[in-house]
Amino acid sequence: MQQLVDQLIQEGYFEGVPKDFVYTGFMVLVALLVLSFFVAPLAGITSWLERRVWARIQSRVGPNRVGPQGILQWLADGIKNLLKEDIIPTAADKRLFALAPYVVFVGFFATFVVIPFGSQLIVADLNIGILYLLAITSLVVVGILMAGWSSNNKWSLLGGMRSAAQIVSYEIPAGLALLTIVFAAGTLSMQGIIKAQGWAPWDWLLFYNPFTFAAFFLYFTAALAEGNRTPFDIPEAESELVAGYVTEYSGMRFLFFFFAEWGNLYVIGAIATTLFLGGWQIPPITDHPVLVGILQFIVFFLKAYLWVFVAMWVRGTLPRVRVDQLMSLCWKYMVPLSFICLLGTAAWMVIWPQGNRVASFVMFLIGVAILGLFFRRVRFQIRHAQPVLYWKPYI
Amino acid sequence: MILFFILAALSVIFSLAVVFQRNPVHSAMALVATLFLVAVLFLTLDAPMVGFLQILVYAGAIMILFLFVIMLLNPEALERRRVFWWGLGSTAALVLIVEMAALLSAIPAREGRIAAVAEGFGSPEMLGRTLFRDFVLPFEIASVLLLVAIVGAVVLAKREL
Repeated sequence: MQQLVDQLIQEGYFEGVPKDFVYTGFMVLVALLVLSFFVAPLAGITSWLERRVWARIQSRVGPNRVGPQGILQWLADGIKNLLKEDIIPTAADKRLFALAPYVVFVGFFATFVVIPFGSQLIVADLNIGILYLLAITSLVVVGILMAGWSSNNKWSLLGGMRSAAQIVSYEIPAGLALLTIVFAAGTLSMQGIIKAQGWAPWDWLLFYNPFTFAAFFLYFTAALAEGNRTPFDIPEAESELVAGYVTEYSGMRFLFFFFAEWGNLYVIGAIATTLFLGGWQIPPITDHPVLVGILQFIVFFLKAYLWVFVAMWVRGTLPRVRVDQLMSLCWKYMVPLSFICLLGTAAWMVIWPQGNRVASFVMFLIGVAILGLFFRRVRFQIRHAQPVLYWKPYI
Repeated sequence: MILFFILAALSVIFSLAVVFQRNPVHSAMALVATLFLVAVLFLTLDAPMVGFLQILVYAGAIMILFLFVIMLLNPEALERRRVFWWGLGSTAALVLIVEMAALLSAIPAREGRIAAVAEGFGSPEMLGRTLFRDFVLPFEIASVLLLVAIVGAVVLAKREL
């Protein structure tokens, strides 16, 4: 990206314009392109898919009217929200109320800078990529607290406080789980971590040792909690807080919060894929650069999207936890466990500095066994429940 | 250079806003913006690690606790008794300005170009090496100090354990 701009500058396209401005202009252009052609449809289609998946889980049909199978539902929703009246309550703090959705959105959107979609397809391969991710996502908390407080509504304030407490707490196990991987890979850069892995599952850092295997589940759980997803969605618990910090929002501002939430699901999946699941690594089957790039993108996208699906299933099946349960889960179980993972990986690296291939393969077999048990259970359920809907997914 | 002046001006404006806002929540938000801008200044000075740590620790964690406490307490109750603080604050600011002017006049004007930074400056490797090899003792002492502070806070907050 930077090389391209440098080349354009050298060829004299931007005579007399300061270099900083050219870079900034290109950054803005790329950000807008990515936003309109990748992130917006992604978040939108995820919202439609999530509604469809829940509908299946609850034996309903779900949105299926707009476009084939209802796939354009997100566009209809977006247009509806754009046309709605943008209400700012009289008692609200107007400036902060208006600003909050954008802060949340920036905190989510800026993560796309370091997500490696392919060996060449990354906006900026920072040498402190993971630190950047942790830092920039902490902006979301500021936005949520802003929204909760400025609405001047008790439910909003409670929702904002709950969310802040939850995100700040769960950042610790998530950060420690990420640090475990940083230990194993020996770098903070996203591309560096992917390059430390191979295309074969037993070369992934997920199966590096038992501790990284555990760290993956710790990370995924903590990330769901940070993204305010069920079973950790107490900040917007309908039965207690109306809609938490988004209670007073309407129209496009409301949509921005949910845009960030659904987009964030994909970011969680992408980070999990990068750190634990080998990222864009593909078997060496072709040398053609474009083909390789496309294959890498597809592999990365599918791996990341798998975890979006898992989050949907979790949301469809688990009940919401209580506030005290949420906090005790984090501080009494997840933080000590993630410390064990961290120290365990450090010890492992002292004993086997080159990694242990046998242990990796055994971990891989355990992973396959867990997946096998899961699918056996699903098959059992489907056979015995005899649900008609499952056999006709295209109603 | 233009970027520096824009960022510097913005961070000065926001830090003035921290002081002059009547509403504590607005002040805290302005402080978040200031810290963020200072972090961007670090980025332009080839120190991305320090910059992102600034966002992560100050704008992300410490300011959240600030906001949390401000929102838990009633902000209106904190707005009284301004006169005393005004006097004290202005005196402190005046002392600081005099001190900085003295310092600035003491530094000889720099001539020629500033030396370029070394390869890998501000990278996590370099920071880690400096922190854990050359300055490992002060680092450990600082961490023990923080631990003592945490224990002290817990003891003060929870009188009967």
